[in-house]
Amino acid sequence: MQHTNHDLHHGHDHDHAHHEPGFWGKYVFSTDHKVIGIQYAITALVFLFFGFSLMMLMRWQLAYPGKAIPLVGSLLHNMLGDAAPGITDASGKITGYIMSADLYNAFGAMHGTIMVFLGIVPLAFAAFGNFVVPLQIGAPDMAFPRVNMASYQSFVVGGVIMLVSFFIPGGAASAGWTSYSPLATLGSTHGQTFWIIGMVFLITSSLLGAVNFIATIIQMRAPGMNWMRLPFFVWAQFVTAFLLLLAFPPLEAAAVMQLMDKVAHTSFFLPTGLVVSGQLANISGGGSPLLWQHLFWFLGHPEVYVLILPAMGIVCEIIANNTRKPIWGYKSLVYSTLAIGFLSFIVWAHHMYLTGMGTKISTFFQTTTMIISIPSVIILTCFFISLWGGSIRFNTPMLFCLAFLPMFGIGGLTGLPLGFNYSDLFLHDTYYVIAHFHYIVAPGTIFALFAGIYYWYPKATGRHMSEFWGKVHFWLSFLFMNLIFQPMFVQGMAGLNRRLYDGGATYAGVADPATGLVVGIPQVFLDLNKMISHAAWALALVQIPFIINFFWSMKNGKKVTSDNPWEATTLEWQTPTPPPHGNFLTEPHVYRGPYEYSVPGHGKDFTPQNEPEHGAPQPIPQKAH
Amino acid sequence: MEIPYTVKPRPDTGLYNAKVGIWLFLASEVMLFGALFSAYILLRVGASAGTWPHGLLNVTLGTINTIVLITSSITVVMAWVSLKLNQFGKFKMYQAITLLCALAFLGIKSVEYKDKFSHYQIIKKDGTYVDGHMHGATYLDKEGKSREEHKFHGLSFKENNVEYSLKEVVLNGIEAAQLSEINEPHKDKEHKHEHKNISVPAAEIQKINNYGPWHNTYMAIYFTLTGLHALHVIGGALVIGFLWGPGAKMWRTEPERFTNRIEVSGLFWHFVDLVWIFLFPVLYLL
Repeated sequence: MQHTNHDLHHGHDHDHAHHEPGFWGKYVFSTDHKVIGIQYAITALVFLFFGFSLMMLMRWQLAYPGKAIPLVGSLLHNMLGDAAPGITDASGKITGYIMSADLYNAFGAMHGTIMVFLGIVPLAFAAFGNFVVPLQIGAPDMAFPRVNMASYQSFVVGGVIMLVSFFIPGGAASAGWTSYSPLATLGSTHGQTFWIIGMVFLITSSLLGAVNFIATIIQMRAPGMNWMRLPFFVWAQFVTAFLLLLAFPPLEAAAVMQLMDKVAHTSFFLPTGLVVSGQLANISGGGSPLLWQHLFWFLGHPEVYVLILPAMGIVCEIIANNTRKPIWGYKSLVYSTLAIGFLSFIVWAHHMYLTGMGTKISTFFQTTTMIISIPSVIILTCFFISLWGGSIRFNTPMLFCLAFLPMFGIGGLTGLPLGFNYSDLFLHDTYYVIAHFHYIVAPGTIFALFAGIYYWYPKATGRHMSEFWGKVHFWLSFLFMNLIFQPMFVQGMAGLNRRLYDGGATYAGVADPATGLVVGIPQVFLDLNKMISHAAWALALVQIPFIINFFWSMKNGKKVTSDNPWEATTLEWQTPTPPPHGNFLTEPHVYRGPYEYSVPGHGKDFTPQNEPEHGAPQPIPQKAH
Repeated sequence: MEIPYTVKPRPDTGLYNAKVGIWLFLASEVMLFGALFSAYILLRVGASAGTWPHGLLNVTLGTINTIVLITSSITVVMAWVSLKLNQFGKFKMYQAITLLCALAFLGIKSVEYKDKFSHYQIIKKDGTYVDGHMHGATYLDKEGKSREEHKFHGLSFKENNVEYSLKEVVLNGIEAAQLSEINEPHKDKEHKHEHKNISVPAAEIQKINNYGPWHNTYMAIYFTLTGLHALHVIGGALVIGFLWGPGAKMWRTEPERFTNRIEVSGLFWHFVDLVWIFLFPVLYLL
């Protein structure tokens, strides 16, 4: 576009009388929403890989229980001590280091915590939201830039506390990412206390972010950007922000109460007559373990939509752009998203059918759970129909989005048996559940996030990531994701319980000599563990092209030839590349909806939102003053 | 481009940015306290008969604190109105009263807290209860020399390498055969519970603890709710204090923005008061 070569500094000078910020001011303590978005993205990607690494180690234990950990065994032992104890051969010589059960539990709990609260939420919501939302609504920045910076800093503090907890005596929290009491409360180590305090920082970070996003979307829309002209991505972030704003505080309350149970010896979640290791616990009692579960899942379920809605937003933008067609059913998407936002607050107890909370309550939550699947299906259907008759550009972001649709579909549909009370009784706490929610979050959300990275990378850096390596990354990730999670459905339906330290070896099926019936889990299902683990490690290997591509392309990628390389309609492509501080050279005016692709009678197949009516050419932006 | 609507309201929403922000923040605060109130309801409904204390807190002090906070809510509004009327001196006066109210509230609250920490309950080995404020405790060292203390130091304690063990405690309170006599005095019209000094030898004590958060779930939720509320009072007072002191400089340069700041901090202050309006009946009266 015309203003690619404009001097980036002039957008800055008139904005701020003070001097040009130095390195620290520009990249570390920045209040610019784009820098904060990138900070969030890189931090969250690091955490994602770290959380994945924990799981790769756990997959070793599941596939080869009790065998010495290859490659990193002695490193683990040096860092974590006896949590990774040595094993000896016949002569007493240490031949390697294994994963203790406690370490397995800690890794399991922290894998969940890190992936959800330090990986996906910051990447999907904070990173993409920060970078894209103000640009898409035509705003110069977020409404509260300093609050935005505080949000990122609080996130980093929370993350550091979580990481430090691995190295304290007794190790990190090990009661699962759900931290059910009394298990979480009664342990004598401090991992859980670190977890709670870390969570309080992460919740604070989300809260500050959510307030900022909503205020920005309400207050900072450019002239003409009315609600029904907002790109769907902005709507998705808007609803997500409300979920974070309203669902996280009850978890904060629960965290405060669990902290009181840990440090002030209260009994919020500890019942009367609790017996620990054969002894009556010295507590006042009178508390309710169910109370924790209610408060946790009151966050936990909206959290699922926090994970998926931004992903849907990204997919919508990229599908519209690459089908060169208006998205089908824009209003249905918006209203469905609002319906999901509302309904997600009244489905939480479908995670608790097994707790004996009562059949009437179960019936209520079963009903609401079935109702919430309707707007989800509407959204997915709109995306599928949007493909119909399009002349699709199969670039890397689009491939990830196209994979998202069936992957999210599998994840969603396999959730139905879990939403029904009676089928959940069997499937609950098995690998089926793991497969179900990972299909939503891993090949679902994470694929959409990859798509978003490939899609907006040129706007952030001025260069494209390599298409070839992008496609390699896509096809191999697609293959291995399915090889990891598809067998878990089978294992789960065979009755293999989750959270088993040895991958179910203890319960391996033995043929009863009298009848020939196999009691336990048949070996064929346990053997799948090895296959899944190999696929998981392979998945890690095929992320290497992505990591190299991500950093290499910053300096060496193909330069963008215009500010709008994808020929998109939304406002983020109507800025210089990369956008300067303050984003737009002149205040954009919005004249049309977000997806005016291939409008008959127009010369080109896309009409940007800020193009005036009657197709009059847009004036070349002049230097702002 | 500058960030718009930092001071002037956006025409179609009628709000400036910070006002949207504070209302959203308060919405999340409602959910935070809402969750704790839900916990209160669940714990109370689930409590076994006779275990939930009634009339434990000092209603007079609670009422005074309620009046103190309502007064501060009025002065916060008056301070904002004074700025709108361009009367900076009056603003200073009203916010000074607000800050004094905040201090008074916290002072009274700490008196109430202190009272609970010196209030003990003993479960005797015969299963009966002694409940009352600590009058004194007698400790013995190894040679059998006794030592009087006004405070309770546990069943034994060490000082200057001398170990002292408890001989007896004296509580100023009542004896009861059942917990419900202590927790539900309003239901028990037959016994007249006159407070007197009751001495309990260490050998008869099964369990002794004071009315801290560890005492029972009522005390747990009482301390958690009022503690969290007190943190909000402190936070609000710090912000109001800053805007009253060093932050007031802004009045000379950007009066409208400063007035907005007072409005936003006032909204927060009203919320903090409102939480107390719920806390007072729930914890003191019901």
